[in-house]
Amino acid sequence: MIAERWLNMGVLLAFLAIPLWALAVDEPFTITLATRAAILALAAVGLNIALGIGGLVSLGHAAFFGLGGYAMGILGFHAQSFTALELGPLTIEGTKSMPVIWAVAVVVSALAAWVIGLLSLRTTGVYFIMITLAFGQMFFYFAISWGAYGGEDGLSIYVRNGFPGLNTLVPIQFFGLVFGILCLALALQARLRLSPFGLALNAARQSPARVEAIGLNPMRLKLVAFVLSGAITGLAGALFADLNRFVSPTMFSWQLSGELIILIIIGGVGRLMGPVIGAALFVALEHWLGGLTDFWHVWLGVVLLGIVLFARGGVVGLLTGKAGPHV
Amino acid sequence: MSDAVLATFGLNKAFGALKATDDVSIDLKPGEIHAVIGPNGAGKSTLIAQISGALAPDSGRVTLLGQDITGLSTAERAQAGLGRTFQVSALAMEDTVLENALLGATGALSRAGRLFASLGRDTELQERAAAALQRVGLSDVAGTRCADLSHGQRRQLEVAVALTLRPKAFLMDEPMAGLGADGSKRMTGFLDGLRSEAPILLVEHDMDAVFSLADRISVLVYGKVIATGSVDDIRRSPEVRDAYLGESA
Repeated sequence: MIAERWLNMGVLLAFLAIPLWALAVDEPFTITLATRAAILALAAVGLNIALGIGGLVSLGHAAFFGLGGYAMGILGFHAQSFTALELGPLTIEGTKSMPVIWAVAVVVSALAAWVIGLLSLRTTGVYFIMITLAFGQMFFYFAISWGAYGGEDGLSIYVRNGFPGLNTLVPIQFFGLVFGILCLALALQARLRLSPFGLALNAARQSPARVEAIGLNPMRLKLVAFVLSGAITGLAGALFADLNRFVSPTMFSWQLSGELIILIIIGGVGRLMGPVIGAALFVALEHWLGGLTDFWHVWLGVVLLGIVLFARGGVVGLLTGKAGPHV
Repeated sequence: MSDAVLATFGLNKAFGALKATDDVSIDLKPGEIHAVIGPNGAGKSTLIAQISGALAPDSGRVTLLGQDITGLSTAERAQAGLGRTFQVSALAMEDTVLENALLGATGALSRAGRLFASLGRDTELQERAAAALQRVGLSDVAGTRCADLSHGQRRQLEVAVALTLRPKAFLMDEPMAGLGADGSKRMTGFLDGLRSEAPILLVEHDMDAVFSLADRISVLVYGKVIATGSVDDIRRSPEVRDAYLGESA
């Protein structure tokens, strides 16, 4: 059995080593795959705060992923078409600057998470799953019918947005940027888990009555977690759109929400590196099995089944020998 | 009545035709243990729920230190100084004993807004939690997961978490539930010393504990308080004997 601390460091080092190796042997596509995995991991780190610590099984996190994506898409679209975005009295110029786009993605998805959370946190269990799913689908169908930004066909952004001092079109530089953000998000989650807030949130999952009895409002704790969670997933969405230089309603699809949950379960619910391991395995399976058969999801299903039946703590639980939190 | 720490005035709660709480007015004076007893189905749980804030009464008021708390949520009542323990332990089972005590301290010291501060470096939190564990005698098992505690230790931890709040009044729902003779005796001794710190409204089935601890006893039958008085008064009351003691004691 491995101590979780060493496992975490090993996972991050491996995550860094693979694209560096790919750079050395000139395999840019592998770097792109690693970037994709890092972005999905970031989205799942966001969800893991709500799901793993707060016990909130949200089947609507694609809403925040998509909002982040469309924040990038819309700002990028206006920048490349040299038109301003008219919002009534407000006129917003498009931008190709990543930091600005990220800030917009984070604020927009946090606001959406606040509204969705305020309404859906009144419910628990299956009802919570269903209401978050419903919100996700609302965004999905809205994006499909939004002709101004490509509707069902989506929106292409021809040149990747820029970051001061970097050439983001060089795969390894973009990977470095994404990986840096992922590490920041992980550091944030690690701190959160060991803070008074994290303690209270974790207890609100296990025993809401206890949390009330010591003078805290469990719903408020969960709402803060949900907002933070949505903001991080939204940021991942903006990066994902930049990776593909393309935004479409599929970013809002419920399948994506499901995949985020699946890769957390594979990696380990509530574990710091759960989403990272899950995303890496997911992308690797998708690439290799997807190259062999169109029906690779069947094999993903087998892996998921094996984890759920025999390793409830996911890969992290299996390697550290410690069961994770019960959600 | 004016010096009561915790009091209810004419509480009523009906579920359909069933009057679960029928014009209940009881009070808790400084330094006393006031026990509420009654046969199963007498409305003890419903009464507790209304005092703790889980259930809104149809009419009547609850006051804490003279302040009306009827409209407050459970969390707000806890902040106002009501420390409660649960009949069935409601602890964070995956967390350690210390973490459960720290949770209480987090609530008591309003630290939950600190998203990225270190729990370990907050000495005020740590001291508050450690002191509470020390008082109930759980310091040795501070690092044990709550799920691995014995039933008796969980009951002690329930009390420790309530202690971290430094409440003005305790509301205890069967703290002896499931404890053996030994455990019950130890808990009785502990609660005996606690009353000088804050009065205890004690709902309890264990008659030995009630008779040895209580300064006053109220007897609840079919949602109504049929008698309130000292241990001797209650023992001698023919009504109480008919309604309750005759059957089970």
